[in-house]
Amino acid sequence: MKMGLCLFINFLSFMMHTEFIVVEGDFANAGKASSEIKKTLKQLNIDNQKIKKIVVAVYEAEVNAIAHAYGGTIFVDLDEEKICVLIKDKGPGIPDIARAMEKGYSTASAKVREMGFGAGMGLPNIKNNVDELDIQSEVGVGTEIKMIVNFNS
Amino acid sequence: MNENYFYHALRIDHKICFGCTLCMRNCPTEAIRVRNGKATIYENKCVDCGECYKVCPSGAVYVAEDDFQSIYNFKHRVVLMPSVFLGQFPEDIRASQVYSVILEIGFTHVFEVEASAFLHSILSNKYIREHETKKPLISTFCPAIVRLIQVKFPALVDSLIPIKAPVDFTAIYIRKKLIEEGANPEDIGIFYITPCAAKIAATKSPVAEDTSTVDGVLNMDTMYNIVLKEIKQKKEFNKNITANNDVTSDCVIFSLTNGERRLNNFKKSFAIDEIHNVIEFLERVEDDEIEDLDFLELRACDESCAGGILTCGNRFLINDRMMQRAKKLAERERNGETSRRKAIMNEREYLTQNSHVGRIKPRSMMVLDEDRSVAFQKLTKIKEIESKLPHTDCNVCGAPSCHALAEDVAFDRASMTDCVFMQRNLEKRGSLKVEESVEIMKNIWGEDKLKDYILNK
Repeated sequence: MKMGLCLFINFLSFMMHTEFIVVEGDFANAGKASSEIKKTLKQLNIDNQKIKKIVVAVYEAEVNAIAHAYGGTIFVDLDEEKICVLIKDKGPGIPDIARAMEKGYSTASAKVREMGFGAGMGLPNIKNNVDELDIQSEVGVGTEIKMIVNFNS
Repeated sequence: MNENYFYHALRIDHKICFGCTLCMRNCPTEAIRVRNGKATIYENKCVDCGECYKVCPSGAVYVAEDDFQSIYNFKHRVVLMPSVFLGQFPEDIRASQVYSVILEIGFTHVFEVEASAFLHSILSNKYIREHETKKPLISTFCPAIVRLIQVKFPALVDSLIPIKAPVDFTAIYIRKKLIEEGANPEDIGIFYITPCAAKIAATKSPVAEDTSTVDGVLNMDTMYNIVLKEIKQKKEFNKNITANNDVTSDCVIFSLTNGERRLNNFKKSFAIDEIHNVIEFLERVEDDEIEDLDFLELRACDESCAGGILTCGNRFLINDRMMQRAKKLAERERNGETSRRKAIMNEREYLTQNSHVGRIKPRSMMVLDEDRSVAFQKLTKIKEIESKLPHTDCNVCGAPSCHALAEDVAFDRASMTDCVFMQRNLEKRGSLKVEESVEIMKNIWGEDKLKDYILNK
C-alpha cells in the first residue's frame, strides 16, 4: 500500500488531524481514506446515516483524485462538532467548475470509463452528501475540494 | 454502551488455561485479554462465534450446557434434532437407528428442526419483498452473526430480517400439537441439540424477545457420544421405529452454506460463511459499495452449521453426508414415495402469527461514549496513547494489539506500563525499577511464567 498516514493531535483545541496520500491510478486502494474515517466516526456515536453520507462523499473525492488527477493528499480535521475534509490534487485542474457540477458531465478518458468510473456523477454526488462544499481549481496546477459536514445539523 | 445482560455459553476454565494467547489473537472482536496468566472475556464484546473454542490447544474453552437429567423434569420430553446431527454419523448408521436410540435414552418425541425451514423461507421471502427500502436484507438464522451486527455493524441492524429461526417455529408447532393432544403445558419439555455456542446464547437470552421457545439445550457432541455408544453396544434395534418424514429434500440442507439462498430467487444475493469473511464483506455493505444487493445469507462458521464448534468430525464429510441424504430424499419425492407437503404446513397461519421477533436493537461496542464530547476526548486519548506504542502487536501486554491496549488504557482497564517497550524505556530513564517491571509482568502472565529458572538451576 502506497498510502501514507500521519497523525497530529492538538490537545488544547480537541482537534484531530489526519492525512492520507492518494496515488494516481491506484484504484486498488480507493476507499482506504473513507474507510478509516468511517472507523473513527463509528466510535463517536454519530448517526449512521450521517456517517454513510460522509463516507460516500470522501470516497467520491478519493476516486476523483485517483482517476482524473495526478494523485494528491487528503487532509481530515475532526472536532466534536464537525468533520472537515480537504482534498488537494496535483492537477490537471477543472477548466469549468460550473459544468463539472452538472450531473452526467464528464471529461474522463475511455480507459477510466471502462473501469466503471467517470460517469460524471462525482461532484454532484459529493454536493448532495455534505453541508458545505468549496471547490477551487486552477488549470495546470490542481484542484482543492473542501467539504464540511456538521454532526448536529 | 448498553448495560443489558447477555448470556454467553462460552467459558474459560482457569484451572486448565495456561495463557497461550491463541484465543486472544484469533478473536474477531478483540474480546479476550490475558490477566494473571489466564484468558478472560470482555462479555460486551463477545458474540459467541466460538473461534476461541476452535483454536484452544488445551481444551480450556468450554461450552456451558444444561444437565441431561433435567429432561426428566418433564413428562413429555421432546428433542429437536437439527439435520446436521444426522450428518455426524458414519454412513453405515441409519437415521432410523438414531431415532430409535434417542427414544430409548429418555425422550418421548423426536422432531427434526428443519421441518419448519420451508415455512421460514416463505415468510423471509415475503418480508424481503415487502421491505425494499431496507435492502440488502440479512438473514438472522445464525445468532453469532446477529450479535456481530449488533456490536460491530450497528448501521445494518435494521437490515436484519426479524423472523424467528426454524428451531423456534418447530418448537411452537410441537408445543401446540401436544397441547391439542391433551398434554398439560407445564409437562412439556422441549430440548434442542445445538451445533454451536451461539445458539445456546440466543436461546438463553433471545435477541429481542422475553421468553425462549425451548426449555433446554443439549450440546451436539454430548448427544453424539450418548447416541453412538448406545448404537455400538446394541445388537437389536426396534424395527417399528422409522425416521420421521418431516423434512423436504431442500430443507435438509438448509443449515449448510447456500441452504437459505437456494430457497429464494433474488437477482443479487450472496451466501458467505466464516466470520472473518463475513466481517470483510459487511465492511463493504456498510459503505453501500455493492449496489442492488437483495439478500445476504451470513454464517459465522466455515461450512456453516456443518462446521459448528460442537459438531463431531470433519465439516466437509458432514456436509457431504447431508448432501447425500438430500439427494436420496429428492429422488423419493420425484418417485412419489413421499410428499413435499408436510403436516407442519397445516399450521401455517398459527405459526405466521407467531413468527416475528421483537425489534433488534444495536448495542455497539464501537461507540466510546454516548456523549459525543466525552467520546471525542476518549478518541483523542486513544490516538495519543497509540502513537506512543510500538505497533508490533506482540501481545506481551496481554492485549491482542497495540490499539486494543490503547483502548484499555483510555478506559482505565490497563496501564501504559503494561507495554514491555515502555518498561524498557522507563527503566533506562531510571523511573521504573526492574523489580516493578517483573511485578507488572506477573500481574499479566501469572507467577509461574516469571519464575527465576536460571538461579534455580
